[in-house]
Amino acid sequence: MNSLTTYIIISIVLFLLGLLAMMTRKNAISVLMGVELILNSAGLAFVAFGRFVAGNLDGQTAALFIIIVAAAEAAVALAVFLNYYRLKATAEVDKADALRG
Amino acid sequence: MTLLSQIVFWFFVALTVVSAAVVVFHKRIIYSAFALLFAFFGVAVLYLFLHADFLAAAQVLIYVGGILTLVIFGVFLTAKITTLDIPQLTHQRFLALIPLVLLGLGIFLVFYTVPWPSVQPEITPTTQRIGELLLTRYLVPFELASVLLLAALVGAMRLARHFRQQEGD
Repeated sequence: MNSLTTYIIISIVLFLLGLLAMMTRKNAISVLMGVELILNSAGLAFVAFGRFVAGNLDGQTAALFIIIVAAAEAAVALAVFLNYYRLKATAEVDKADALRG
Repeated sequence: MTLLSQIVFWFFVALTVVSAAVVVFHKRIIYSAFALLFAFFGVAVLYLFLHADFLAAAQVLIYVGGILTLVIFGVFLTAKITTLDIPQLTHQRFLALIPLVLLGLGIFLVFYTVPWPSVQPEITPTTQRIGELLLTRYLVPFELASVLLLAALVGAMRLARHFRQQEGD
């Protein structure tokens, strides 16, 4: 049970769920949640490969940097969403079409 | 592995996947935000099963303590009470399943066909070795991460401010 395949399947499932959230959700915050799920799945895959294939701590370090980048990304994304909400009074991603040609 | 740890492992696998599904499919966004908490926590426990103790602690501290709080603040600040109940899904969700299934099968086939070398997993505390790695081999990414965090901090504050001061200029 505690094998590479188990963790990679969990990681794939998390990745696909996050991708589904990004594709089907209307609310920008929900899209951000999908991105966070995808980043988590990538971290899980990194740690699993680092443990069962590489046998060193490179995977864990990569996952640590993923967490750092996710924190920065969440802060900036939410600041953008707040501004967008102030502008449009909605958080729907479909309504952000001001730059459409 | 003993039977008990197997039960705990599969319980947290189920918790992670089910919570992630709730995040994606629940029509109320605040329920999604709280389900995200359990998904992050489940991933932290999976890190523990991978003997990544430092990473599990960092996951709980940063994701559950930081990012999730930010997300919940975002939900509260951008959703009117009346819009919390509106279905959040677009109409293309069944169309979205097609590339999703194809992509999932593709990733799994790539993973399955490559003969991965396997090493005997070691069980040692990782915190000290990660700290040494961060200050030797990963020193440049480490410093870049600090610059990135500072830039994100300043940028997020600048972005989230009201624009009224600009109008007065």
